[in-house]
Amino acid sequence: MEKMARVTTALGGNTLTGRTMYCHLDAPANAISVCRDAAQVVVAGRNIFKIYAIEEEQFVEKLNLRVGRKPSLNFSCADVVWHQMDENLLATAATNGVVVTWNLGKPSRNKQDQLFTEHKRTVNKVCFHPTEAYMLLSGSQDGYMKCFDLRKKDSVSTFSGQSESVRDVQFSIRDYFTFAATFENGNVQLWDIRRPDRYERMFTAHNGPVFCCDWHPEDRGWLATGGRDKMVKVWDMNTNRAKEIYCVQSIASVARVKWRPECKHHLATCSMMVDHNIYVWDVRRPYIPSAMFEEHRDVTTGIVWRHLHDPYFLLSGSKDSTLYQHIFKDASQPIERANPEGLCYGLFGDLAFAAKESLVTADSNRKPYPGDRRHPIFFKRKLDPTEQFESVSSSALSVFETEPDSSSMGWFVDTARQYALAGRSLAELCDHNAKVAKELSRNQVAQTWTMLRIIYCSPGTMPSANLNHSIGKGSASLPLMNSFNLKDMASGMGSEARLDWSKGENRSENILLDSSTTLITNDENEETEGSDVPADYLLGDVEGDEDELYLMDHENAHTEEPEYVLPQEAFPLRHEIVDNPSGPDHLQDKADSPHVSGNEAETVSLTPVESFSLISISHTLYESRLPPDFFSALVRDMLRFYAEQGDVQMAVSVLIVLGERIRKEIDEQTQEHWYTSYIDLLQRFRLWNISNQVIKLSTCRAITCLNQASTTLHVNCSNCKRPMSNKGWICDRCRQCASTCAVCHHVVKGLFVWCQGCSHGGHLQHILKWLESSTHCPAGCGHLCEYT
Amino acid sequence: MAEGENEVRWDGLCSRDSATRDTALENIKQAILRKAEPLRSVKEPPYRSSEHLLNAVSWDGFNKILARLLMLSKRCPFKDVREKSQSILKCVQELGIRIPRPLGHGPSRFIPEKEILQVGNEDAQMHTLFADSFAALGRLDNITLVMVFHPQYLESFLKTQHYLLQMDGPLPLHYRHYIGIMAAARHQCSYLVNLHVNDFLHVGGDPKWLNGLENAPQKLQNLGELNKVLAHRPWLITKEHIEQLLKAEEHSWSLAELVHAVVLLTHYHSLASFTFGCGISPEIHCDGGHTFRPPSVSNYCICDITNGNHSMEEMHVAGSVSITDSFCEVEALMEKMKQLQECRDEEEASQEEMASRFEIEKRESMFVFSSDDEEVAPARDVSRHFEDTSYGYKDFSRHGMHVPTFRVQDYCWEDHGYSLVNRLYPDVGQLIDEKFHIAYNLTYNTMAMHKDVDTSMLRRAIWNYIHCMFGIRYDDYDYGEINQLLDRSFKVYIKTVVCTPEKATKRMYDSFWRQFKHSEKVHVNLLLIEARMQAELLYALRAITRYMT
Repeated sequence: MEKMARVTTALGGNTLTGRTMYCHLDAPANAISVCRDAAQVVVAGRNIFKIYAIEEEQFVEKLNLRVGRKPSLNFSCADVVWHQMDENLLATAATNGVVVTWNLGKPSRNKQDQLFTEHKRTVNKVCFHPTEAYMLLSGSQDGYMKCFDLRKKDSVSTFSGQSESVRDVQFSIRDYFTFAATFENGNVQLWDIRRPDRYERMFTAHNGPVFCCDWHPEDRGWLATGGRDKMVKVWDMNTNRAKEIYCVQSIASVARVKWRPECKHHLATCSMMVDHNIYVWDVRRPYIPSAMFEEHRDVTTGIVWRHLHDPYFLLSGSKDSTLYQHIFKDASQPIERANPEGLCYGLFGDLAFAAKESLVTADSNRKPYPGDRRHPIFFKRKLDPTEQFESVSSSALSVFETEPDSSSMGWFVDTARQYALAGRSLAELCDHNAKVAKELSRNQVAQTWTMLRIIYCSPGTMPSANLNHSIGKGSASLPLMNSFNLKDMASGMGSEARLDWSKGENRSENILLDSSTTLITNDENEETEGSDVPADYLLGDVEGDEDELYLMDHENAHTEEPEYVLPQEAFPLRHEIVDNPSGPDHLQDKADSPHVSGNEAETVSLTPVESFSLISISHTLYESRLPPDFFSALVRDMLRFYAEQGDVQMAVSVLIVLGERIRKEIDEQTQEHWYTSYIDLLQRFRLWNISNQVIKLSTCRAITCLNQASTTLHVNCSNCKRPMSNKGWICDRCRQCASTCAVCHHVVKGLFVWCQGCSHGGHLQHILKWLESSTHCPAGCGHLCEYT
Repeated sequence: MAEGENEVRWDGLCSRDSATRDTALENIKQAILRKAEPLRSVKEPPYRSSEHLLNAVSWDGFNKILARLLMLSKRCPFKDVREKSQSILKCVQELGIRIPRPLGHGPSRFIPEKEILQVGNEDAQMHTLFADSFAALGRLDNITLVMVFHPQYLESFLKTQHYLLQMDGPLPLHYRHYIGIMAAARHQCSYLVNLHVNDFLHVGGDPKWLNGLENAPQKLQNLGELNKVLAHRPWLITKEHIEQLLKAEEHSWSLAELVHAVVLLTHYHSLASFTFGCGISPEIHCDGGHTFRPPSVSNYCICDITNGNHSMEEMHVAGSVSITDSFCEVEALMEKMKQLQECRDEEEASQEEMASRFEIEKRESMFVFSSDDEEVAPARDVSRHFEDTSYGYKDFSRHGMHVPTFRVQDYCWEDHGYSLVNRLYPDVGQLIDEKFHIAYNLTYNTMAMHKDVDTSMLRRAIWNYIHCMFGIRYDDYDYGEINQLLDRSFKVYIKTVVCTPEKATKRMYDSFWRQFKHSEKVHVNLLLIEARMQAELLYALRAITRYMT
């Protein structure tokens, strides 16, 4: 309310009224400017130069300044400006390099007043002095700025930017003598109008051309600049060095920037290409525009606030040949549509979640899940009373931590370090990896490796000794192996698939059953019943084996009840299902399992059939030498299962180890996805070498090229401390070899370590040794080098 | 035959580490000698009967390897490789096998070999450029050797080309080379086509595609029309062209891919201009770059045939112009520049006058043609890469078709084109922008024998003249200057190189600016190709912009 009152006084009692409206122009506009009284607007372009009166409901054409039968290029305007002191005075910049002034007070039809043909190239910008009636400034493509006194025929002074084209010139609103000029090479120069020989200050504001600038109407030190690099920057010019205080990243190159009257932190921008909207930004909130006008169908070329002290009316002209008046209350506010929520995972499994406060409070009304191990922490942002978008600025951040021990990823790191992925035969790799997994007491994984080895390395003639070795228990027999097989297969398939499987194709396998397999099945049943095992079939130590199963329970099942300790027939199977967190089917299983007693589980008729058929299949493997391809569907499902379970490490490792054997089974995209996830994980744990190895071994095109991207390393010369632009190790500035060891002064070949602070370095061993005894740089430069 | 073991691997040679190169060379030597052994007894296959077919194939392969070795011995930036390749060739020769020798006279047929930098004599900066180029492509092409007159530009050029062909981008690698082939074929530039056919196969392209555009995927075939219009009449490109490419159901291009393709097309159109404009000779290891026979006339090089300049006589014709004549030429040009500089402010032409000057220049540029533009049917093997060979710049110029005026002030590279390219194909806008800048601003402040000359006016006239031919107008330029500064023979050369490069001859090259250095003529060519590329890009990008709005 207070603001409104101020507006009214500023306007001398006449509040502006109007609505969002537009009118068609005959041609695309290049620039617009308003008269001081906010009642008229001038539109200029290559083929248009007209004045419109802004009325309550519409624009009314008042005057066409483009007269004459064959209009010359002097009418082809790149820019137009209306004097803010004298409402009869206008100036235009023509594309052929002419600066023209126009006097509306002239009685004749042709209002052209003066013609300055001093610039050699297109004039990009003209600007009247805010308080001086006769002073006009122009900036041109030829790199010069000229100041004209309208009472004289020629320019009063010429300023040479000593560089490429001038894109914008703006008189400071508060400092009488100062103006700013922006250049195509990214520089901004500040000039004193009395000193044409040299600029007062210069700084590089943007990467690439700076298209526009605007002085803050109130704060004398602030200058906003917009460039081709899609940025709007606000500079504080009060200090000795221009300091960037705000930076807004837009989505397209910024063609115009205009501070919003009466709102200290707001500015409007429009873009030169691609994006047709006008944005109003709060510079303190640079990620999302506070308001947006979306009316134009082609790029907006000119924007201007209708009145110096009114923040609610914006006029704009566009290449789509329309002139618009935008009313602030009709603006669309992207913030309303935005979804201000953020979610991020921490390295150690922590989860942070930020959302609108209203959402979070609604959420926290719900009773937390009992037995949940989350520890939510809430932060609330204090509301800023001056903030306009209150609904957004209040947000809550919750952080969920996982239990320190349950989230320990030690196994991941150890596994990653110790796995062997290439360089040996498949059998050796599998054995090695199985051993690694076993040592980390990840039995399921270990057994998977063992199974892979069996499937792919030993067609038919598997000596039992191998199995002994792989299991590491000295116990090997067919039924034993089958039991593993059963377990892994089942886990790989998920309960649903498993059902199909046992019903489907393997029914036919059952036909193959001979007496020996039946026997084995019986034995298996006996064994799992916990009774003593007949020694004639099981050569090995069954007790140990049960132990294994038991251990596995400990590792995997967090919620198992104590009575499950007894090894029971269907137990391992059920356990696998329980542990499987993905998919609704599994959830269903999980919900059921606590209610099912061990005995009930035992009676589920499915399981014996299951083991039965599985045995038969592995039996036939031995008998009829099934090609390894036969299993690829299974292995694929197994990999999928691991990946879904979150153990992408296993999926990728198997993928690499098996290589061609399995790759074609899995579509490229999934593989890529796994690889990227695994590499991401490895890099989070700083396992750079391993991640590199994985990248190298991967066969996905998208992954292998990761190693080819950004392979440049920027180094400084250790002598002159300047960046080495040259390839190789000879600095092209000081002509010396930059890779000498600071300790032994020999040229380093091989591993070279250097300090990023002082650029000195040398042999890895030498530097390590040196830094054990000293903290300073061995080169004697006084830098406190650190080796981490 | 264990092809895998016997395969000669060249990639080690690109390493900067001399030890790696050494081992690679040793391996090559072993592999070659192994291959040479069985061929020794056979000598040359007398005729290709079925039983000799295998032999013939292996001879072909072996000769290719020898040609490549020959290239290395001449064009590798690393001295050790040059020497070693030479010695391997000698070894092979001692085995009684015929070795190739380079054809032609250096990298360019227009510029005497002694004027061009010899590999091995380059300074440190140039050596770095050479090594980079060699590392990226495994060769040092003739274009590079000619462009190295202007190392500053060459660096930017190679960087851009490397990015376009090898770095991140929306198009797959073999597509990129294929588009390069398409673009070069439009101008029947067998040099570039050969070069990129090799690269295309190297990155795993399907050899079937090379039998003609109709064997390439529909998606690339669709690009043919744009290629054609862009090469010869870019002002005819409309947003409908763009729409056809983007909305072709399963064969449609994405915007990013299209921008990549457009940049590649324009790059290779203008590079074809350079190739003909500087008379680039075929690469040593490509067809037509070497021979196994004693000196005789090569029957393969299309550029030679079509341009009729394989003979040396023309050089004498050009050389016979009296020194005084050409001396006056330079003097006169400088005088004119001075005059224009001084009297520009006094003489103020009316607006109508200015507009008509542009129109006159534009219209005249249509008729500027050398007298000897006889019909030349494009050679067979290149023409298969594009359709509609009759479609060219010439057709319309004969009929005096009207070229609409494109005003730079409404759509220019710096403001609009750059933003669009950089948005759809990040970083490339920046690279091309730099290249344009370097080409436009490159100067050594010399003109022929004179030093400390401000050549900006002359460069601007050349640049604007080229844009004028494409109908691109600068409001702030007086097109009268062009007439003052560019004489007829120069205009003929510019016009030919830019619009119908395949017709450029040594006579044209020699007859303009007779007193100027070769490096300056190459400089002119750089201006030509960059201005042409920008003109084509402007039209294509404007159409894309219009499509998007």
